[in-house]
Amino acid sequence: MSGPRLIAASAIEDVAFELTRQAAIVIPKDYSDGIKAMLETEENELSKFVLKAMVENWEAAETDRRAMCADTGLPRFYVKAGNEAMVEGGFVALEKALRRAVARATSEVPLRPNRVHPLSRADHNNNVGIRAPEIDYSFEPEADWLDLTTVHKGGLFGTDYRMLFPGDGLDGIKKFFLDVLVQFGRRGLACQPAIIGIGLGGSKDTAMTIGKQAACLRIVGDRNPDPKIAALEAELKALGNSIGMGPMGFVGTSMVVDCHIEVAHTHTGGMPMSVHAFCLSSRRAVARLRAGGKVEYRTDPAWFTSYHRREGVE
Amino acid sequence: MKEIRLKAPVQPEDLAKLEAGMVVYLDGVLYTGREGLYRRVLDEGLGPPVELAAVSNVNFHCSPAAAVRPDGSYQVGAVTATASFRFSKWMSRWFDVSGCRMIIGKGGMSEEDYRQHFVPNGAVYLTTVGYGTGALLGRGIKRVRSVHWLEELGIAQAMWIFEVEAFGPFLVDGDLKGNSLFEIENRKVNAKLTDAYAGLKEPALRRYGETTSRRDEVI
Repeated sequence: MSGPRLIAASAIEDVAFELTRQAAIVIPKDYSDGIKAMLETEENELSKFVLKAMVENWEAAETDRRAMCADTGLPRFYVKAGNEAMVEGGFVALEKALRRAVARATSEVPLRPNRVHPLSRADHNNNVGIRAPEIDYSFEPEADWLDLTTVHKGGLFGTDYRMLFPGDGLDGIKKFFLDVLVQFGRRGLACQPAIIGIGLGGSKDTAMTIGKQAACLRIVGDRNPDPKIAALEAELKALGNSIGMGPMGFVGTSMVVDCHIEVAHTHTGGMPMSVHAFCLSSRRAVARLRAGGKVEYRTDPAWFTSYHRREGVE
Repeated sequence: MKEIRLKAPVQPEDLAKLEAGMVVYLDGVLYTGREGLYRRVLDEGLGPPVELAAVSNVNFHCSPAAAVRPDGSYQVGAVTATASFRFSKWMSRWFDVSGCRMIIGKGGMSEEDYRQHFVPNGAVYLTTVGYGTGALLGRGIKRVRSVHWLEELGIAQAMWIFEVEAFGPFLVDGDLKGNSLFEIENRKVNAKLTDAYAGLKEPALRRYGETTSRRDEVI
């Protein structure tokens, strides 16, 4: 069944394929502008050399239409559905379309088939498997569109979690933030300068989730609407860049291209915190699909809407 | 910064010119190999799929974003190294078996590894830049000469033999004197690390850990 108010499943697959290709090849402008600004202030010769090489690499990726990094990360999707949006075949059809798009993009872009079974290490060679690609949902009132965001985050280094306590206060937050940057910044294992996302509060899994989303779904230059959180974002960004460590762990001042903090109400006795680094190949791409087939591409996921961060009962 | 262009397979006199921190580009032939290859050859005792010494003495710790086309040819997109420190336990035996004299990878190994395994074998370590300049390195690959153990190890772990031109940039991390660029830089960073933490009190609950010194690396 299809109709004027339905978003076609075939359109979702085509858009998801295109997003997957875009994310792998084209660095988002906010991120490359952020790195170019760091090139202006970085004084260390080695660190400058690394940043210049990365800028040249992004240009080569776009010109040649090849992936910017061969570790093409773990493709996943964030779906924000307007409350009035209707998908042809329902959300099961949407999920099938996303899985098909990832399998096709893996051989056609090509992407590296990174996804393996955790124990047998068996590889389907298509980046599809158990809970892969991950699909997360969010909803938006009074809207009939579907926002589709893909993120391909690299996997191994740059993320950590810690249970702090209320008495640890801002010192505890700053200290753990520095710990993560220092431990994963050595030799550049976090592939910095990175967008650093911090999750504060919630239950433990929420702290991990919102921290990762803060890194991957907010753009360079964005600030949390809560002025106190925004001030802490700016303070931590400056703190990270004052460690004396830069790209590849060389001496430098280019560590944090931006810092984003997301919070969730948490247990009165605790202050869980997560830190995530979205690397020099910050792969994200976004499209808005509307009934009737209209598609608009962009790079800002606009995931954290005021509805998404709502605080009250209604 | 000093820049040099070398032919691969590499010659001992060329390797002697390399100093930690130099920029290197390569022309010639090299092969990829990581834990899949090391396990099969060194742990399981299978003979290498080709006579390595005849192919090249440059081993790239890499998994390409590549696909095998329906006609059997290969499409190589981006090429990026993987973190090398995980492979240090195999290095000495690998140099023996393969005649390898240059490792290219991500992030280097420890100065101790260089002094124990690399210097005695006349081998150097180059690191990729960034990481990773996958598109620039992809451009430098002119031809896939062959792929070995594709079925057994998969695309990411198979042994790819590449013909390359102006392949880089790389930075010399481990030179023949046993210097490590990363560790030289680490020492400079460590000297100022206390300042970054100045005035911050310890959290109430400590964590289990293998090190409590911030001067140590966690690799």
